[in-house]
Amino acid sequence: MPHSQHPIELLRFNTCGSVDDGKSTLIGRLLYDSKSIMEDQMEALERSADITGGGQINLANLTDGLRAEREQGITIDVAYRYFATPRRKFIVADTPGHVQYTRNMVTGASTANLSIVLVDARQGVIEQSRRHTYIASLLRIPHLVIAVNKMDLVDWSEDRFREIREEFESFLPLLDIKDVKFIPMSALNGDNVVEPSSRTPWYAGPTLLGHLESVHIASDWNLHGFRLPVQWVNRPNNPRDPKLHDFRGVSGQIAGGVVKAGQKIVILPSGHRSTVKEIWTYDGPLQEAFCPQSVTLVLEHDIDISRGDMLIGSENLPGMNADLRARVCWMGQRPLQCGKKYLLKHTTQTVQAVVTCLGNRISMDNFAADPAATELAMNDIGEIRFRAAKPLIFDGYANNRMTGAFILIEQGSHHTLAAGMLLPPTELVKAEYEDFTI
Amino acid sequence: MSSYHLDHLQYLETEAIHVLREVAAEFERPAILFSGGKDSICILRLAEKAFRPSEIPMPFLNVETGHEFPELIQFRDRRAKQLGARLIVRTVDEAFAKGLAAPTPGQISRNQLQIPVLLGAIEEFRFDCCIGGARRDEEKARAKERFFSFRDAFGQWDPKNQRPEIWNLYNARLNQGENMRVFPLSNWTEMDVWEYIQREKLEVPTIYFSHTRECFRRGGQWLPVPTVHTDIIKPDPYAGARPKPNEAVKSLVVRVRTIADMISTGMIESLAESVDDIIAEVAAARVTERGTRADDKASEAAMEDRKKAGYF
Ligand SMILES: Nc1nc2c(ncn2[C@@H]2O[C@H](COP(=O)(O)OP(=O)(O)OP(=O)(O)O)[C@@H](O)[C@H]2O)c(=O)[nH]1
Repeated sequence: MPHSQHPIELLRFNTCGSVDDGKSTLIGRLLYDSKSIMEDQMEALERSADITGGGQINLANLTDGLRAEREQGITIDVAYRYFATPRRKFIVADTPGHVQYTRNMVTGASTANLSIVLVDARQGVIEQSRRHTYIASLLRIPHLVIAVNKMDLVDWSEDRFREIREEFESFLPLLDIKDVKFIPMSALNGDNVVEPSSRTPWYAGPTLLGHLESVHIASDWNLHGFRLPVQWVNRPNNPRDPKLHDFRGVSGQIAGGVVKAGQKIVILPSGHRSTVKEIWTYDGPLQEAFCPQSVTLVLEHDIDISRGDMLIGSENLPGMNADLRARVCWMGQRPLQCGKKYLLKHTTQTVQAVVTCLGNRISMDNFAADPAATELAMNDIGEIRFRAAKPLIFDGYANNRMTGAFILIEQGSHHTLAAGMLLPPTELVKAEYEDFTI
Repeated sequence: MSSYHLDHLQYLETEAIHVLREVAAEFERPAILFSGGKDSICILRLAEKAFRPSEIPMPFLNVETGHEFPELIQFRDRRAKQLGARLIVRTVDEAFAKGLAAPTPGQISRNQLQIPVLLGAIEEFRFDCCIGGARRDEEKARAKERFFSFRDAFGQWDPKNQRPEIWNLYNARLNQGENMRVFPLSNWTEMDVWEYIQREKLEVPTIYFSHTRECFRRGGQWLPVPTVHTDIIKPDPYAGARPKPNEAVKSLVVRVRTIADMISTGMIESLAESVDDIIAEVAAARVTERGTRADDKASEAAMEDRKKAGYF
């Protein structure tokens, strides 16, 4: 693993696709060919090869870390892997293929900059390929790679590759993915994974690793419209140190935009205004800070602020409403139904919410929405309307992945039941509040 | 590249600070597991960054096997004092005395015995959350773990049934008796940890740097010769962990890469005298850091089994 003193970017990606499309093998191959597998891991692989693989090393065993996974030869939960090249550092989420474990696929994909959907070249596009592509689009993962794998089993046929590509292209316009790349490969043999393959002379594009190293990710964070969900109020209350005695800071991770020292801000939901006196950090004050930095803001006025409040700037205002609409991916054992109450966690606050209306369940065959649907079963995706016990200060998920996302939690068991993506606000916060005066 | 850009360490840092503040806000009685090792040293710096100028709003907890490297204990105590934190130490020996745990016949390593001691401390102080320095790149069962890792009332981890963890919206809800383990360094690699130590100019215990030490070969590793036992009343805690007559003792220039206790830590031969040297060494390493841990070598699923039982 080369080491460099230059700033190195981090790319997070996940691999998905149906069972046995070769996800784990692909990650094993990436690690192996980028020389990120260590000798003791190799020894462990060789040991397990003698037992389970009839002497053949199984690259998938590198990521299938649970005993149950190795026994059944499937991936149950996300495994995270780390590797680096001189150009970038990578966090890989190997996500399960089984429909049953879609919740874990969503877990792995939710933080990704890029999603790789694997397709078995023999099988072509199947329901899971559509489902995973849809989820990648729903989660607004900015970049997608369709890895047409096992090309060795279809004689490296360019026609087959095109067929699959065209099938995808027939439904991609229905989705919200800006950047899609198709790469023919064999994860097992390594063709077009790290090294270009001589068996695909008809393919002129990059290898998978080449693409991962060069895809443009700098603009994946939201830098328009300052948002700071208040996470923790920083009050040292130190009687020994007079300077600290009066310190009062608002700590949190910036969820959008940029904030500057001296800037005017509004606190929601109260509507009080103030000015940023100092951007305090352990390493000294900053002149400005941006998403997704974690900071502590000291304000000019001593205003009542608590966790769950949101600090915003005066441009690109958010919505503030207790009646909301969202797309959800349901993960609960029991179906989601109208009238049910859940806990909802959005930015830094958890409130009760009741589902008031439900519909538009998405069919994975044609991505058509069924408005007549009355419930969402596990792994279904649909639309809900809900009322929260307190207004949320939010953006549409398409605009801001941090202030537009929520999860639903079951009361009592506290299971996480759903990933929710808010639809854009129908009206914005009015910026007509009076200036705050002491 | 725009100026609004974080490099990989800054990204990992802001992610970890966010996690630490979520813990402070969502739990009533959290604790930080602090051993004095390199990962927990980073956790403490991140806690300073998350909570200063306030005090770090949680005590530090350490479970001792009784086989610790003295350098590590000294460092741990000094660092906790510097930070003005409350350090709680619970030991396997105390647990024996209280009947919370019993020695396993024929087993010299007390690694397993840390589990009841940790669970005992959680009960004693009613901790609802313990922050640990574990990283997903260390081991393949860890690679599966969430940032917020739920433990049932028996302290057990159920890997086949983890809560989905979506975006950075951590579900911190618990019922009575349940517990959370939180791992802010989940996404850090061994290299990231050393680069962070370098960037932050953090002090680490001297055993991470090369030094001369008496070692002997066992199980494919260089194990340190334990300190001489002088107490004539108490039995030698290291009986069984001392070199046998056929195990030749050699004086070697070594350092540790990952620290368990003296019985479970393999020393690596190394000339690395500074953090820069270590970074160069890690960059060139051909074995994983856990390759030097005897406790993980027991079986393919050694870590998974310990975690299910309530290990960190
Ligand atoms: N011929 C050929 N076989 C492959 C290729 N890639 C993977 N395989 C084989 O396909 C099988 C399934 O691969 P895995 O990597 O375990 O599949 P997976 O997608 O991770 O499956 P799950 O973990 O269950 O989701 C294994 O036997 C692999 O050796 C390829 O490019 N060519």
